[in-house]
Amino acid sequence: MELVLSIGIGVLVASGVWLLLRPRTYQVIIGLSLLGYAVNLFIFSMGRLKTNAAPVVQGVDVVDPANFADPIPQALVLTAIVIGFATTALFLVVLLAARGFTGTDHVDGREPER
Amino acid sequence: MTDANLLLFLLLLPFAGSVAASLLPSNARNAEAWLSGLISVTAFAITAFLYPSVKNGGVVRREAEWLPELGVNFTLRMDGFGWMFSVLITGIGLLVVIYARYYMSPKDPVPRFFSFLLAFMGAMQGLVISGNLIVLAIFWELTSIVSFLLIGYWHHNQAARDGARMALTITGIGGLALLVGLMILGHIVGSYDLDVVLASGDLIRNHDLYTPALILILLGALTKSAQFPFHFWLPNAMAAPTPVSAYLHSATMVKAGVFLLARLWPVLSGTDEWFFIVGLTGMTTLTLGAFYAIFQQDLKGLLAYSTISHLGLITTLLSLGSPLAAVAAIFHMMNHATFKASLFMAAGIIDHEAGTRDMRRLSGLFSFLPITATLAMVASAAMAGVPLLNGFLSKEMFFAETLEKHHGSILDGLAPYAATLAGAFAVTYSVRFIHTVFFGPKPVDLPKIPHEPPHWMRLPIELLVLICLIVGMVPSITVGPYLHTAVVAVLGSETPEYSLAVWHGFNTPLVMSVIALVGGILLYFALNNYLATCEDGTPFLRNLKGQRIFERILVTISWRWARWIEANLGTRRLQPQLRLVVLAAFVAGLWPLFQAGFRPQNVSFDGLDPTFAAFWAVGIVCAIGAAYQAKYHRLAALILMGGAGIVTCITFIWFSAPDLAVTQLVVEVVTTVLILLGLRWLPQRLEEVDNAVTPMARMRRHRDFALALVCGVGMTMIAYAMMTSPMPDTIADFFLDRAYSEGGGTNVVNVILVDFRAFDTFGEITVLGIVALTVFALLRRFRPAPDSVGVPEQQRIQNLIDDERPDREVGSTVRDYLMVPSILMQWMFPVIILLAAYLFLRGHDLPGGGFAAGVTMAIGFLLQYLAGGTRWVEDRLRILPVRWIGVGLLAAAFTGLGAWLFGMPFLTSYFQYTEIPFIGKVPTASALLFDLGVFALVVGATVLMLIAIAHQSVRSYRVRAVEAAKVEEDA
Repeated sequence: MELVLSIGIGVLVASGVWLLLRPRTYQVIIGLSLLGYAVNLFIFSMGRLKTNAAPVVQGVDVVDPANFADPIPQALVLTAIVIGFATTALFLVVLLAARGFTGTDHVDGREPER
Repeated sequence: MTDANLLLFLLLLPFAGSVAASLLPSNARNAEAWLSGLISVTAFAITAFLYPSVKNGGVVRREAEWLPELGVNFTLRMDGFGWMFSVLITGIGLLVVIYARYYMSPKDPVPRFFSFLLAFMGAMQGLVISGNLIVLAIFWELTSIVSFLLIGYWHHNQAARDGARMALTITGIGGLALLVGLMILGHIVGSYDLDVVLASGDLIRNHDLYTPALILILLGALTKSAQFPFHFWLPNAMAAPTPVSAYLHSATMVKAGVFLLARLWPVLSGTDEWFFIVGLTGMTTLTLGAFYAIFQQDLKGLLAYSTISHLGLITTLLSLGSPLAAVAAIFHMMNHATFKASLFMAAGIIDHEAGTRDMRRLSGLFSFLPITATLAMVASAAMAGVPLLNGFLSKEMFFAETLEKHHGSILDGLAPYAATLAGAFAVTYSVRFIHTVFFGPKPVDLPKIPHEPPHWMRLPIELLVLICLIVGMVPSITVGPYLHTAVVAVLGSETPEYSLAVWHGFNTPLVMSVIALVGGILLYFALNNYLATCEDGTPFLRNLKGQRIFERILVTISWRWARWIEANLGTRRLQPQLRLVVLAAFVAGLWPLFQAGFRPQNVSFDGLDPTFAAFWAVGIVCAIGAAYQAKYHRLAALILMGGAGIVTCITFIWFSAPDLAVTQLVVEVVTTVLILLGLRWLPQRLEEVDNAVTPMARMRRHRDFALALVCGVGMTMIAYAMMTSPMPDTIADFFLDRAYSEGGGTNVVNVILVDFRAFDTFGEITVLGIVALTVFALLRRFRPAPDSVGVPEQQRIQNLIDDERPDREVGSTVRDYLMVPSILMQWMFPVIILLAAYLFLRGHDLPGGGFAAGVTMAIGFLLQYLAGGTRWVEDRLRILPVRWIGVGLLAAAFTGLGAWLFGMPFLTSYFQYTEIPFIGKVPTASALLFDLGVFALVVGATVLMLIAIAHQSVRSYRVRAVEAAKVEEDA
């Protein structure tokens, strides 16, 4: 299981990095989103992988932590997902504004000289 | 105790006055002058009242703890020497205030002037009564800063700005060196307390760090007192209003340097290093300053160089290391302050009345300004060292001291000659000042017809000149006791016998004085014709200007080097920068991986679930596909990216993170919609258009591909290593254990977010709100690219169909497009609101919560926009996202503040279970209110961002309409 998820994270990172280094703003925004998935999964997996152990306790009983997934990475990732959406929106708007101002969607705001 | 508190009052009074002065209206010249005058008088009175306590070596101390663990206390300490300076600061301050009232024009913004002037008075006062080295350094810097503000007071004037910047740079660098020097001194002694430092002279002088500390402290003192080679800032500071020059740049601030030299004289002086550095600087400054002063054409320039020279005289005296020389130095500090301040004020009156300070244009003003002329004559006679005036006394003492053999070096042998030469130069420039300005032919074409100034403007000069005269004639019964108080404070038991008589009999110093007087007058008449017409500046040395060197250094460092670094090491292109960032991140990740000892042989497929593997096979294909298609097939890339997102979401469910899954799912929806809305504004990119791939570009791609590949592999390895390593003890147990008992909820993730770590969440939703507002603000100025303004291709095709068929109206296809889904979406609106409410309410105990519910609610609104179009929705529904954001933030903040009412820290939560009829036991925690804030903010932020982007299409209709109208007009 760990191996599959690790490879998945690796592929997401590779795709994200590749896109991050591309010249078109849209490629960068998709790349950042893919990197975002990878980072969220990575942080989440720091709590190790447990199945059928959602961190929802059963009221008053004494809690055995071994029976539950680690809630801390989950709490971290939850806000990260929402903030990730906000930054994607911000970046999208910046790229749209830049395209409006410069007339190009190249990341440098101008077409490269050939 | 009262004395000690008076000391604090003395310090705070000018600062309080400064604040008050800044609040007065800009034309309140009289009110400002009254306020500043009263403050100066009060401060002067306090100083006078404190005299009995400091007489005979007494010290007033007031200590307050500030940073006791660092040995820095806010200690105020006034002894006789500090007292003498306090008298100068408050007394001359008062005179300058009176003078400035008449000097400043009604057009000048006086609140700023008087506010800065009072602030300076406070800073200088703090400097002279600091009892702690660090406090002293702070007030030192403060005087530099206020001086900068005062020099640049007429900030519309380029010279004022340059002069201010130069003064700040030089004295600021000096101040920094001083701080380090004082810290070394404190380190040597083991205390920053001035009393302790002053008692540790032998320890300091014999310490290994003595020389570095000395050099650093001297850098501070010599820059402040405008000593060669740092002297050039002072003439440039003459761009300041004349009251400022009279106060800061002759009487007080420039004295701070020699004040510090005298203050630390008992512990630093007497060594060879001290003598050579201070002595050489002092003597060079003394002669060069006087020489430069002769050749100035600007009255204030002459006085500035004369000040430099006189400060050099004081420095030379202090360098000698003999107590008698120190007495002369302290005496000359007082004398110079009185005659130089009055001369600056006289120069200001001449400038004010005649409209120019250029000595080539001024002449014969005696008949216009007889009283001012007489006063100026007496003051410049004091400056030249004419007998029966105060300048003579200290100059005689100086001459006598230079004759003494102290060290037996060349410097010693030269001293009397340098002193006589400088004395002659001083006579020359003093005579020149008087003779050029007041005598000779009547002036021609002056900008104004000069006449005597108002009496009150002249009064400060009269008082100062009176002091020069009285001190000069009967020194021992007037200034004697006060000088003694100051001297005892510095020298203590070393205080020598000295006599303040006017007549010491025929001796060598008198001969030197006579030579200087006669020689100076002869030199003036020899140079007279040359000076009347020559260019401003010193012959031979005109090109050797400290100012030019300074500016060259400044340009080299701040411009040339910066440009070179930018040109050779920087790039404006994003891709190389990102490549470097990625590479750095890769190296940073690689390091710990091998440090931790990653062993690939441990890899195993244990517990592999084929379903899960299949999901990730899809996810991997999606990710790679998105990377491959993002350039030419944006929609496909977006859908593929969504696929990767869904697999991420499934992973969350699989590994027991239902909250994450829910949030990821709804956020996935809004992200997709968001980017879909953006797609419309991007340029068309057709695959066949730019197929010409250069070899460079191909190489770049290979390199990027390799980088991406190694990053991916590295990440896989780190992730695998991390996931398979045993779990250390974490704080998770704490949260799991107490979520219910202390947070009142069973969904631990939600309890962490809204209770345990609510403050973090509060910060995060604030960021979210800010981002949403930024998006909104950015889009208000949005201008679409010209090729994106037209009607989208699909709508054009649909309209074409309408055109071809006579039974259809244009636009009906567009309207009816996707009608069934639209109606479904409209019907879903209440259902989605219900779902959002459900997610929100169960959040504390079961997966859900404010974040997920907020995004869900936003999707509800969004679907209405998708279904009906922007106008249709806004005709029927008023959504005010900014208010949602505001209400959300306030709700969260007030929930947190509510805890204060019960005496608990911010965001302490309270919970209980309430029995509601028909529904049952419902958890009512204050955290629920907080979560409500989160919910409202997330709704507001999401809707604001999406609607702001969606609205651009409405605006582009307008743009199209405007352009169509233009085309019609042209036709």
